[in-house]
Amino acid sequence: MKEEIIIAGFGGQGVLSMGKILAYAGLMDDLEVTWMPAYGPEQRGGTANVTVILSDKPISSPVLDKYDTAVILNQQSLDKFESKVKPGGTLIYDPYGIHRAPTRTDINVIPVSAMDAVLELGNSKTYNMVLLGALLSARNLLSTDAVIRGLKKTLPERHHHLIPLNEQAIEKGRSLV
Amino acid sequence: MEEIRLMKGNEAIAHAAIRFGMDGYFGYPITPQSEVLETLEEQMPWDTTGMVVLQAESEVAAINMVYGGAAAGKAVMTSSSSPGISLKMEGISYLAGAELPALIVNAMRGGPGLGTIQPSQADYFQATKGGGHGDYRLIVLSPATVQEMTDFVGLGMELAFKYRNPVMMLADGIVGQMMEKVVLPDFRPRRTEEEVREQCPWAACGKHGRKQRNVITSLEMEPEKMEANNIRFQEKYKAIEENEVRYSEFMTDDAEYLIVAFGSVARICQKAIEEMREQGVKVGLFRPITLWPFPTKQIAELGKKVKGILTVELNAGQMIEDVRLAVDGGVPVRHFGRMGGIVPNPGEIEEALKAHFMK
Repeated sequence: MKEEIIIAGFGGQGVLSMGKILAYAGLMDDLEVTWMPAYGPEQRGGTANVTVILSDKPISSPVLDKYDTAVILNQQSLDKFESKVKPGGTLIYDPYGIHRAPTRTDINVIPVSAMDAVLELGNSKTYNMVLLGALLSARNLLSTDAVIRGLKKTLPERHHHLIPLNEQAIEKGRSLV
Repeated sequence: MEEIRLMKGNEAIAHAAIRFGMDGYFGYPITPQSEVLETLEEQMPWDTTGMVVLQAESEVAAINMVYGGAAAGKAVMTSSSSPGISLKMEGISYLAGAELPALIVNAMRGGPGLGTIQPSQADYFQATKGGGHGDYRLIVLSPATVQEMTDFVGLGMELAFKYRNPVMMLADGIVGQMMEKVVLPDFRPRRTEEEVREQCPWAACGKHGRKQRNVITSLEMEPEKMEANNIRFQEKYKAIEENEVRYSEFMTDDAEYLIVAFGSVARICQKAIEEMREQGVKVGLFRPITLWPFPTKQIAELGKKVKGILTVELNAGQMIEDVRLAVDGGVPVRHFGRMGGIVPNPGEIEEALKAHFMK
Protein backbone atom coordinates (compact mmCIF):
# COMPACT_ATOMS: atom_id res chain seq x y z
CA MET A 1 0.00 0.00 0.00
CA LYS A 2 1.28 3.45 -0.92
CA GLU A 3 -0.67 6.69 -1.11
CA GLU A 4 0.98 9.93 -2.21
CA ILE A 5 -1.22 12.86 -1.24
CA ILE A 6 -1.09 16.63 -1.73
CA ILE A 7 -3.34 18.88 0.33
CA ALA A 8 -3.39 22.49 -0.85
CA GLY A 9 -5.31 25.65 -0.07
CA PHE A 10 -5.02 28.96 1.78
CA GLY A 11 -3.01 29.32 4.97
CA GLY A 12 -5.50 29.19 7.83
CA GLN A 13 -7.82 26.63 6.23
CA GLY A 14 -6.19 23.86 8.22
CA VAL A 15 -4.15 22.40 5.37
CA LEU A 16 -1.08 21.62 7.46
CA SER A 17 -3.04 20.30 10.44
CA MET A 18 -5.16 18.08 8.21
CA GLY A 19 -1.93 16.62 6.85
CA LYS A 20 -0.59 16.22 10.37
CA ILE A 21 -3.66 14.31 11.56
CA LEU A 22 -3.44 12.10 8.48
CA ALA A 23 0.25 11.44 9.16
CA TYR A 24 -0.39 10.63 12.85
CA ALA A 25 -3.26 8.34 11.86
CA GLY A 26 -0.86 6.55 9.51
CA LEU A 27 1.59 6.18 12.38
CA MET A 28 -1.22 4.65 14.50
CA ASP A 29 -1.90 2.14 11.70
CA ASP A 30 1.82 1.15 11.70
CA LEU A 31 2.52 2.72 8.30
CA GLU A 32 5.60 4.61 7.21
CA VAL A 33 4.73 8.30 6.87
CA THR A 34 6.26 11.57 5.73
CA TRP A 35 4.76 15.05 6.16
CA MET A 36 6.47 17.73 4.10
CA PRO A 37 5.08 21.26 4.29
CA ALA A 38 5.75 23.94 1.72
CA TYR A 39 6.67 26.19 4.60
CA GLY A 40 7.40 29.86 4.46
CA PRO A 41 5.85 33.28 4.65
CA GLU A 42 3.14 32.08 2.24
CA GLN A 43 1.58 30.30 5.22
CA ARG A 44 0.28 33.63 6.44
CA GLY A 45 -2.78 34.02 4.24
CA GLY A 46 -1.21 32.94 0.97
CA THR A 47 -1.29 29.45 -0.44
CA ALA A 48 -0.12 26.57 1.73
CA ASN A 49 0.38 22.95 0.84
CA VAL A 50 1.61 19.76 2.41
CA THR A 51 2.70 16.44 0.91
CA VAL A 52 1.75 13.40 2.97
CA ILE A 53 2.93 9.92 2.02
CA LEU A 54 1.53 6.79 3.66
CA SER A 55 3.22 3.51 2.79
CA ASP A 56 3.79 0.03 4.12
CA LYS A 57 7.39 0.25 2.80
CA PRO A 58 10.18 2.76 3.58
CA ILE A 59 9.63 6.09 1.82
CA SER A 60 12.38 7.61 -0.33
CA SER A 61 11.49 11.14 -1.41
CA PRO A 62 9.25 13.36 0.73
CA VAL A 63 9.05 15.72 -2.30
CA LEU A 64 6.94 14.64 -5.29
CA ASP A 65 5.78 15.83 -8.70
CA LYS A 66 2.92 13.34 -9.18
CA TYR A 67 0.24 12.44 -6.67
CA ASP A 68 -2.28 9.62 -6.22
CA THR A 69 -4.66 12.02 -4.55
CA ALA A 70 -5.03 15.80 -4.35
CA VAL A 71 -7.25 17.60 -1.84
CA ILE A 72 -7.78 21.10 -3.21
CA LEU A 73 -9.20 23.99 -1.23
CA ASN A 74 -8.78 26.99 -3.54
CA GLN A 75 -8.53 28.02 -7.19
CA GLN A 76 -4.76 28.68 -7.18
CA SER A 77 -4.10 25.19 -5.84
CA LEU A 78 -6.46 23.64 -8.38
CA ASP A 79 -4.62 25.44 -11.19
CA LYS A 80 -1.29 24.24 -9.81
CA PHE A 81 -2.08 20.63 -8.94
CA GLU A 82 -4.84 19.38 -11.27
CA SER A 83 -2.24 18.35 -13.88
CA LYS A 84 -0.07 16.68 -11.20
CA VAL A 85 -2.61 13.96 -10.32
CA LYS A 86 -1.56 10.58 -11.75
CA PRO A 87 -3.91 9.18 -14.41
CA GLY A 88 -6.53 7.14 -12.55
CA GLY A 89 -5.89 9.17 -9.40
CA THR A 90 -8.34 11.17 -7.31
CA LEU A 91 -8.98 14.90 -7.03
CA ILE A 92 -11.17 16.04 -4.16
CA TYR A 93 -12.15 19.71 -4.12
CA ASP A 94 -14.61 22.09 -2.52
CA PRO A 95 -16.55 23.94 -5.28
CA TYR A 96 -16.86 26.89 -2.85
CA GLY A 97 -14.69 29.67 -4.28
CA ILE A 98 -13.82 27.66 -7.40
CA HIS A 99 -14.75 29.45 -10.64
CA ARG A 100 -12.93 27.13 -13.06
CA ALA A 101 -13.90 23.55 -12.26
CA PRO A 102 -11.47 20.68 -12.97
CA THR A 103 -11.60 19.48 -16.57
CA ARG A 104 -9.62 16.23 -16.54
CA THR A 105 -11.55 13.10 -17.44
CA ASP A 106 -8.82 10.52 -16.77
CA ILE A 107 -9.01 11.01 -13.00
CA ASN A 108 -11.69 10.58 -10.39
CA VAL A 109 -12.94 14.12 -9.65
CA ILE A 110 -14.97 14.38 -6.42
CA PRO A 111 -16.57 17.70 -5.47
CA VAL A 112 -17.21 17.93 -1.71
CA SER A 113 -19.24 20.87 -0.45
CA ALA A 114 -17.33 21.10 2.80
CA MET A 115 -18.13 24.80 3.34
CA ASP A 116 -21.87 24.08 3.20
CA ALA A 117 -21.36 21.12 5.53
CA VAL A 118 -19.60 23.13 8.23
CA LEU A 119 -22.29 25.81 8.11
CA GLU A 120 -24.76 23.00 8.76
CA LEU A 121 -22.57 21.63 11.58
CA GLY A 122 -22.26 25.11 13.05
CA ASN A 123 -18.47 25.14 13.47
CA SER A 124 -16.37 26.47 10.60
CA LYS A 125 -13.15 25.32 12.28
CA THR A 126 -13.98 21.72 11.42
CA TYR A 127 -13.76 22.53 7.69
CA ASN A 128 -10.57 20.53 7.19
CA MET A 129 -12.02 17.56 9.09
CA VAL A 130 -14.96 17.35 6.67
CA LEU A 131 -12.47 17.17 3.79
CA LEU A 132 -10.38 14.64 5.71
CA GLY A 133 -13.49 12.48 6.10
CA ALA A 134 -14.14 12.76 2.36
CA LEU A 135 -10.55 11.76 1.61
CA LEU A 136 -10.65 8.75 3.95
CA SER A 137 -13.89 7.55 2.37
CA ALA A 138 -12.94 8.21 -1.26
CA ARG A 139 -9.58 6.46 -0.95
CA ASN A 140 -10.59 3.91 1.69
CA LEU A 141 -7.61 4.96 3.82
CA LEU A 142 -7.01 4.22 7.48
CA SER A 143 -9.47 3.24 10.20
CA THR A 144 -11.58 5.90 11.93
CA ASP A 145 -10.09 4.61 15.18
CA ALA A 146 -6.57 5.41 13.91
CA VAL A 147 -7.72 8.89 12.86
CA ILE A 148 -9.24 9.58 16.29
CA ARG A 149 -6.04 8.39 17.95
CA GLY A 150 -4.12 10.60 15.51
CA LEU A 151 -6.30 13.55 16.52
CA LYS A 152 -5.56 12.87 20.19
CA LYS A 153 -1.83 12.96 19.43
CA THR A 154 -2.11 16.18 17.41
CA LEU A 155 -4.46 18.20 19.63
CA PRO A 156 -3.15 19.58 22.91
CA GLU A 157 -4.96 17.95 25.84
CA ARG A 158 -6.88 21.13 26.67
CA HIS A 159 -8.67 20.75 23.32
CA HIS A 160 -9.55 17.07 23.72
CA HIS A 161 -13.18 17.93 24.51
CA LEU A 162 -13.43 18.95 20.84
CA ILE A 163 -12.65 15.44 19.58
CA PRO A 164 -16.34 14.36 19.35
CA LEU A 165 -17.05 17.48 17.25
CA ASN A 166 -14.17 16.63 14.93
CA GLU A 167 -15.33 13.04 14.73
CA GLN A 168 -18.78 14.30 13.71
CA ALA A 169 -17.19 16.45 10.99
CA ILE A 170 -15.16 13.49 9.69
CA GLU A 171 -18.32 11.36 9.54
CA LYS A 172 -20.11 14.19 7.73
CA GLY A 173 -17.28 14.29 5.18
CA ARG A 174 -17.44 10.51 4.72
CA SER A 175 -21.17 10.78 4.02
CA LEU A 176 -20.60 13.38 1.27
CA VAL A 177 -18.63 10.98 -0.95
CA MET B 1 10.67 -0.60 24.79
CA GLU B 2 11.58 1.68 21.95
CA GLU B 3 9.11 4.44 21.37
CA ILE B 4 8.25 5.45 17.81
CA ARG B 5 7.39 9.13 17.50
CA LEU B 6 6.41 11.40 14.64
CA MET B 7 8.32 14.66 14.63
CA LYS B 8 10.16 17.28 12.63
CA GLY B 9 13.92 16.95 12.23
CA ASN B 10 14.41 20.13 14.24
CA GLU B 11 12.30 18.81 17.12
CA ALA B 12 14.18 15.50 16.99
CA ILE B 13 17.51 17.31 17.43
CA ALA B 14 16.24 18.93 20.63
CA HIS B 15 14.99 15.63 22.08
CA ALA B 16 18.20 13.86 21.04
CA ALA B 17 20.31 16.53 22.74
CA ILE B 18 18.47 16.14 26.05
CA ARG B 19 18.61 12.35 25.86
CA PHE B 20 22.33 12.37 24.96
CA GLY B 21 23.07 14.15 28.21
CA MET B 22 24.05 17.43 26.58
CA ASP B 23 25.26 20.01 29.11
CA GLY B 24 24.33 23.11 27.18
CA TYR B 25 22.61 24.52 24.12
CA PHE B 26 23.23 28.14 23.10
CA GLY B 27 21.33 29.54 20.17
CA TYR B 28 19.54 32.36 18.47
CA PRO B 29 16.33 31.77 16.49
CA ILE B 30 16.29 31.72 12.71
CA THR B 31 14.03 29.99 10.19
CA PRO B 32 14.11 27.12 9.21
CA GLN B 33 15.53 25.71 12.45
CA SER B 34 13.81 27.75 15.20
CA GLU B 35 12.03 24.61 16.44
CA VAL B 36 15.31 23.36 17.93
CA LEU B 37 15.38 26.15 20.51
CA GLU B 38 11.57 26.20 20.84
CA THR B 39 11.39 22.47 21.55
CA LEU B 40 14.19 22.70 24.12
CA GLU B 41 12.33 25.53 25.85
CA GLU B 42 9.11 23.49 25.86
CA GLN B 43 10.89 20.46 27.28
CA MET B 44 12.60 22.52 30.03
CA PRO B 45 15.52 20.10 30.51
CA TRP B 46 17.05 22.40 33.14
CA ASP B 47 14.43 21.00 35.52
CA THR B 48 15.20 17.37 34.69
CA THR B 49 18.76 16.75 33.48
CA GLY B 50 20.19 20.13 34.45
CA MET B 51 20.98 20.97 30.82
CA VAL B 52 21.43 24.69 30.19
CA VAL B 53 19.30 26.12 27.36
CA LEU B 54 20.06 29.72 26.56
CA GLN B 55 18.77 32.09 23.92
CA ALA B 56 21.75 34.38 23.45
CA GLU B 57 21.62 37.99 22.28
CA SER B 58 23.15 37.03 18.93
CA GLU B 59 24.72 34.17 17.00
CA VAL B 60 28.18 35.54 17.82
CA ALA B 61 27.41 35.40 21.54
CA ALA B 62 25.98 31.88 21.21
CA ILE B 63 29.07 30.41 19.53
CA ASN B 64 31.34 32.01 22.12
CA MET B 65 29.21 30.53 24.90
CA VAL B 66 29.78 27.19 23.16
CA TYR B 67 33.51 27.93 23.26
CA GLY B 68 33.33 28.61 27.00
CA GLY B 69 31.33 25.49 27.77
CA ALA B 70 33.55 23.29 25.58
CA ALA B 71 36.69 24.72 27.20
CA ALA B 72 35.39 23.44 30.55
CA GLY B 73 34.96 19.95 29.05
CA LYS B 74 31.19 20.20 28.77
CA ALA B 75 29.12 18.67 25.98
CA VAL B 76 27.71 21.75 24.24
CA MET B 77 26.03 22.63 20.97
CA THR B 78 24.44 25.36 18.94
CA SER B 79 22.24 25.46 15.86
CA SER B 80 21.37 28.04 13.25
CA SER B 81 20.71 28.50 9.55
CA SER B 82 22.98 29.86 6.85
CA PRO B 83 23.22 33.61 7.64
CA GLY B 84 23.52 32.76 11.34
CA ILE B 85 26.23 30.19 10.64
CA SER B 86 28.21 32.85 8.77
CA LEU B 87 28.11 34.96 11.94
CA LYS B 88 29.39 31.98 13.94
CA MET B 89 32.33 31.33 11.60
CA GLU B 90 34.90 33.29 13.61
CA GLY B 91 33.97 31.30 16.71
CA ILE B 92 34.10 28.02 14.77
CA SER B 93 37.65 28.77 13.62
CA TYR B 94 38.58 29.52 17.27
CA LEU B 95 37.01 26.22 18.38
CA ALA B 96 39.08 24.40 15.75
CA GLY B 97 42.22 26.32 16.74
CA ALA B 98 41.74 25.61 20.45
CA GLU B 99 40.83 21.97 19.64
CA LEU B 100 37.49 22.07 21.38
CA PRO B 101 34.67 19.54 20.94
CA ALA B 102 31.29 21.00 20.00
CA LEU B 103 28.34 20.29 17.76
CA ILE B 104 27.11 22.96 15.33
CA VAL B 105 23.92 22.33 13.36
CA ASN B 106 23.25 24.24 10.14
CA ALA B 107 19.77 23.86 8.62
CA MET B 108 20.74 25.47 5.33
CA ARG B 109 18.50 27.98 3.57
CA GLY B 110 18.80 29.79 0.24
CA GLY B 111 21.53 32.43 -0.02
CA PRO B 112 23.73 34.36 -0.44
CA GLY B 113 23.03 37.15 2.02
CA LEU B 114 19.77 36.91 3.94
CA GLY B 115 18.44 34.92 0.98
CA THR B 116 15.25 32.93 1.48
CA ILE B 117 13.96 30.67 4.22
CA GLN B 118 13.53 27.66 1.91
CA PRO B 119 15.89 24.66 1.67
CA SER B 120 19.36 24.92 0.17
CA GLN B 121 22.74 23.16 0.17
CA ALA B 122 24.77 26.18 -0.82
CA ASP B 123 26.90 26.12 2.36
CA TYR B 124 28.78 22.96 1.29
CA PHE B 125 31.97 24.93 0.56
CA GLN B 126 31.65 26.86 3.81
CA ALA B 127 31.26 23.68 5.87
CA THR B 128 33.82 21.46 4.15
CA LYS B 129 36.50 23.85 2.89
CA GLY B 130 36.83 26.36 5.67
CA GLY B 131 34.32 29.12 6.17
CA GLY B 132 36.33 30.51 9.03
CA HIS B 133 39.99 31.43 8.64
CA GLY B 134 43.00 29.17 8.96
CA ASP B 135 43.91 25.63 7.98
CA TYR B 136 41.22 23.75 9.86
CA ARG B 137 38.67 21.05 9.18
CA LEU B 138 35.26 20.34 10.59
CA ILE B 139 33.88 16.82 10.63
CA VAL B 140 30.72 17.35 8.55
CA LEU B 141 27.75 14.99 8.89
CA SER B 142 24.90 15.14 6.37
CA PRO B 143 21.54 13.77 7.58
CA ALA B 144 18.90 12.63 5.06
CA THR B 145 16.18 11.54 7.48
CA VAL B 146 14.68 12.67 10.77
CA GLN B 147 16.20 9.51 12.27
CA GLU B 148 19.66 10.63 11.17
CA MET B 149 19.03 14.13 12.56
CA THR B 150 18.46 12.34 15.87
CA ASP B 151 21.33 9.87 15.64
CA PHE B 152 23.90 12.41 14.45
CA VAL B 153 23.54 14.44 17.67
CA GLY B 154 25.05 11.53 19.59
CA LEU B 155 27.46 10.53 16.83
CA GLY B 156 28.53 14.15 16.35
CA MET B 157 29.31 14.64 20.04
CA GLU B 158 31.19 11.32 20.22
CA LEU B 159 33.38 12.27 17.25
CA ALA B 160 33.87 15.78 18.65
CA PHE B 161 35.24 14.41 21.93
CA LYS B 162 37.18 11.57 20.27
CA TYR B 163 39.16 14.03 18.13
CA ARG B 164 38.76 17.23 20.19
CA ASN B 165 37.34 18.88 17.09
CA PRO B 166 34.14 20.79 16.26
CA VAL B 167 31.59 18.77 14.29
CA MET B 168 28.99 20.26 11.98
CA MET B 169 25.68 18.63 11.16
CA LEU B 170 24.94 20.08 7.74
CA ALA B 171 21.19 19.70 7.40
CA ASP B 172 18.70 21.66 5.32
CA GLY B 173 15.22 23.10 5.52
CA ILE B 174 13.64 19.91 4.13
CA VAL B 175 14.87 17.49 6.75
CA GLY B 176 14.49 20.16 9.46
CA GLN B 177 10.86 20.92 8.62
CA MET B 178 9.50 17.55 7.51
CA MET B 179 7.96 15.06 9.91
CA GLU B 180 8.54 11.34 9.85
CA LYS B 181 8.88 8.42 12.20
CA VAL B 182 11.75 8.45 14.60
CA VAL B 183 13.02 6.24 17.40
CA LEU B 184 14.55 8.39 20.10
CA PRO B 185 17.63 7.15 21.97
CA ASP B 186 17.44 6.20 25.64
CA PHE B 187 18.16 8.86 28.26
CA ARG B 188 21.82 9.05 29.27
CA PRO B 189 22.80 10.96 32.37
CA ARG B 190 24.96 14.05 31.93
CA ARG B 191 28.57 13.43 32.90
CA THR B 192 29.50 14.23 36.48
CA GLU B 193 32.26 16.76 37.26
CA GLU B 194 34.54 13.81 38.14
CA GLU B 195 33.82 12.12 34.81
CA VAL B 196 34.53 15.35 32.93
CA ARG B 197 37.91 15.72 34.71
CA GLU B 198 38.76 12.09 34.01
CA GLN B 199 37.68 12.07 30.35
CA CYS B 200 38.90 15.57 29.50
CA PRO B 201 42.24 16.04 31.30
CA TRP B 202 42.81 19.07 29.05
CA ALA B 203 39.70 20.93 30.22
CA ALA B 204 39.89 24.23 32.07
CA CYS B 205 37.71 23.28 35.02
CA GLY B 206 39.96 23.84 38.01
CA LYS B 207 43.36 22.32 38.91
CA HIS B 208 42.03 19.77 41.45
CA GLY B 209 45.50 18.84 42.71
CA ARG B 210 47.34 19.25 39.41
CA LYS B 211 50.37 21.56 39.52
CA GLN B 212 49.89 23.09 36.05
CA ARG B 213 46.79 24.92 35.00
CA ASN B 214 45.18 23.96 31.70
CA VAL B 215 45.12 26.77 29.16
CA ILE B 216 42.62 26.80 26.30
CA THR B 217 43.63 29.16 23.54
CA SER B 218 44.08 29.38 19.79
CA LEU B 219 46.73 32.08 20.16
CA GLU B 220 50.49 31.45 19.92
CA MET B 221 53.01 34.31 19.90
CA GLU B 222 55.75 32.15 18.38
CA PRO B 223 55.23 30.97 14.78
CA GLU B 224 57.30 27.81 15.44
CA LYS B 225 54.79 26.78 18.08
CA MET B 226 51.87 27.68 15.81
CA GLU B 227 53.38 25.59 13.04
CA ALA B 228 53.77 22.69 15.46
CA ASN B 229 50.09 23.09 16.36
CA ASN B 230 49.18 23.05 12.67
CA ILE B 231 51.23 19.89 12.10
CA ARG B 232 49.40 18.25 15.00
CA PHE B 233 46.03 19.34 13.53
CA GLN B 234 46.95 17.94 10.13
CA GLU B 235 47.91 14.59 11.67
CA LYS B 236 44.57 14.52 13.44
CA TYR B 237 42.72 15.36 10.20
CA LYS B 238 44.58 12.54 8.46
CA ALA B 239 43.47 10.09 11.14
CA ILE B 240 39.88 11.31 10.72
CA GLU B 241 40.12 10.83 6.94
CA GLU B 242 41.33 7.27 7.49
CA ASN B 243 38.79 6.26 10.11
CA GLU B 244 35.58 8.22 9.82
CA VAL B 245 34.35 8.12 6.21
CA ARG B 246 30.65 7.22 6.09
CA TYR B 247 28.34 6.79 3.10
CA SER B 248 25.41 4.80 1.79
CA GLU B 249 24.66 3.25 -1.60
CA PHE B 250 21.45 2.36 -3.43
CA MET B 251 21.43 0.03 -6.46
CA THR B 252 25.06 0.72 -7.39
CA ASP B 253 25.99 -2.94 -8.06
CA ASP B 254 24.91 -3.02 -11.71
CA ALA B 255 24.68 0.75 -12.25
CA GLU B 256 25.74 2.22 -15.59
CA TYR B 257 25.15 5.74 -14.35
CA LEU B 258 25.66 7.12 -10.88
CA ILE B 259 23.95 9.96 -9.07
CA VAL B 260 25.90 11.46 -6.18
CA ALA B 261 23.79 13.53 -3.80
CA PHE B 262 23.81 14.33 -0.10
CA GLY B 263 21.20 14.99 2.57
CA SER B 264 17.50 15.14 1.77
CA VAL B 265 18.21 15.64 -1.95
CA ALA B 266 19.61 12.09 -2.07
CA ARG B 267 16.11 10.86 -1.18
CA ILE B 268 14.54 12.78 -4.07
CA CYS B 269 17.21 11.23 -6.31
CA GLN B 270 16.37 7.79 -4.96
CA LYS B 271 12.75 8.27 -5.99
CA ALA B 272 13.91 9.32 -9.48
CA ILE B 273 16.10 6.20 -9.60
CA GLU B 274 13.20 3.96 -8.53
CA GLU B 275 11.19 5.38 -11.44
CA MET B 276 14.05 5.07 -13.95
CA ARG B 277 14.75 1.48 -12.85
CA GLU B 278 11.15 0.65 -13.81
CA GLN B 279 12.02 1.84 -17.32
CA GLY B 280 15.13 -0.36 -17.30
CA VAL B 281 17.62 2.50 -16.93
CA LYS B 282 20.46 1.27 -14.71
CA VAL B 283 21.12 4.15 -12.32
CA GLY B 284 22.51 3.95 -8.80
CA LEU B 285 22.83 6.39 -5.93
CA PHE B 286 25.88 7.20 -3.82
CA ARG B 287 25.21 9.33 -0.75
CA PRO B 288 28.16 10.72 1.19
CA ILE B 289 27.13 10.83 4.86
CA THR B 290 30.39 12.47 5.94
CA LEU B 291 30.97 15.41 3.60
CA TRP B 292 34.32 15.79 5.29
CA PRO B 293 36.03 13.40 5.37
CA PHE B 294 34.72 12.89 1.82
CA PRO B 295 34.33 9.29 0.54
CA THR B 296 36.91 9.89 -2.19
CA LYS B 297 38.14 6.29 -2.51
CA GLN B 298 34.65 4.83 -2.75
CA ILE B 299 33.60 7.29 -5.48
CA ALA B 300 36.87 6.65 -7.34
CA GLU B 301 36.09 2.91 -7.35
CA LEU B 302 32.50 3.41 -8.53
CA GLY B 303 33.73 5.88 -11.16
CA LYS B 304 35.63 3.03 -12.83
CA LYS B 305 32.40 1.05 -13.33
CA VAL B 306 29.99 3.68 -14.68
CA LYS B 307 29.61 5.67 -17.91
CA GLY B 308 28.74 8.94 -16.23
CA ILE B 309 28.15 10.62 -12.88
CA LEU B 310 25.54 13.29 -12.14
CA THR B 311 25.77 15.29 -8.94
CA VAL B 312 22.47 16.73 -7.76
CA GLU B 313 22.73 19.55 -5.24
CA LEU B 314 20.68 22.54 -4.07
CA ASN B 315 23.43 24.86 -5.28
CA ALA B 316 25.34 25.86 -8.42
CA GLY B 317 27.73 22.92 -8.14
CA GLN B 318 29.88 22.61 -5.02
CA MET B 319 30.26 18.92 -4.06
CA ILE B 320 30.83 18.24 -7.76
CA GLU B 321 34.40 19.53 -7.27
CA ASP B 322 35.12 16.76 -4.75
CA VAL B 323 33.50 14.15 -7.01
CA ARG B 324 35.63 15.31 -9.95
CA LEU B 325 38.78 15.17 -7.81
CA ALA B 326 37.81 11.64 -6.75
CA VAL B 327 37.40 10.27 -10.28
CA ASP B 328 40.32 12.34 -11.62
CA GLY B 329 38.98 12.78 -15.13
CA GLY B 330 38.22 9.07 -15.53
CA VAL B 331 34.53 9.54 -16.21
CA PRO B 332 32.35 12.53 -17.18
CA VAL B 333 30.86 14.28 -14.13
CA ARG B 334 27.94 16.66 -14.68
CA HIS B 335 25.86 18.78 -12.33
CA PHE B 336 22.18 19.41 -11.86
CA GLY B 337 21.03 21.85 -9.23
CA ARG B 338 18.32 24.25 -8.19
CA MET B 339 19.17 27.34 -6.19
CA GLY B 340 17.78 29.98 -3.89
CA GLY B 341 15.38 27.69 -2.02
CA ILE B 342 13.85 25.81 -4.97
CA VAL B 343 13.77 22.04 -4.52
CA PRO B 344 13.82 19.83 -7.64
CA ASN B 345 11.29 17.03 -7.98
CA PRO B 346 12.12 13.47 -9.07
CA GLY B 347 10.98 14.15 -12.67
CA GLU B 348 13.46 17.01 -13.11
CA ILE B 349 16.31 14.81 -11.89
CA GLU B 350 15.36 12.08 -14.35
CA GLU B 351 15.27 14.63 -17.19
CA ALA B 352 18.66 16.04 -16.17
CA LEU B 353 20.33 12.63 -16.11
CA LYS B 354 18.90 11.71 -19.51
CA ALA B 355 19.76 15.11 -21.01
CA HIS B 356 23.40 14.81 -19.92
CA PHE B 357 24.08 11.18 -20.75
CA MET B 358 21.39 9.60 -22.94
CA LYS B 359 20.81 12.02 -25.79
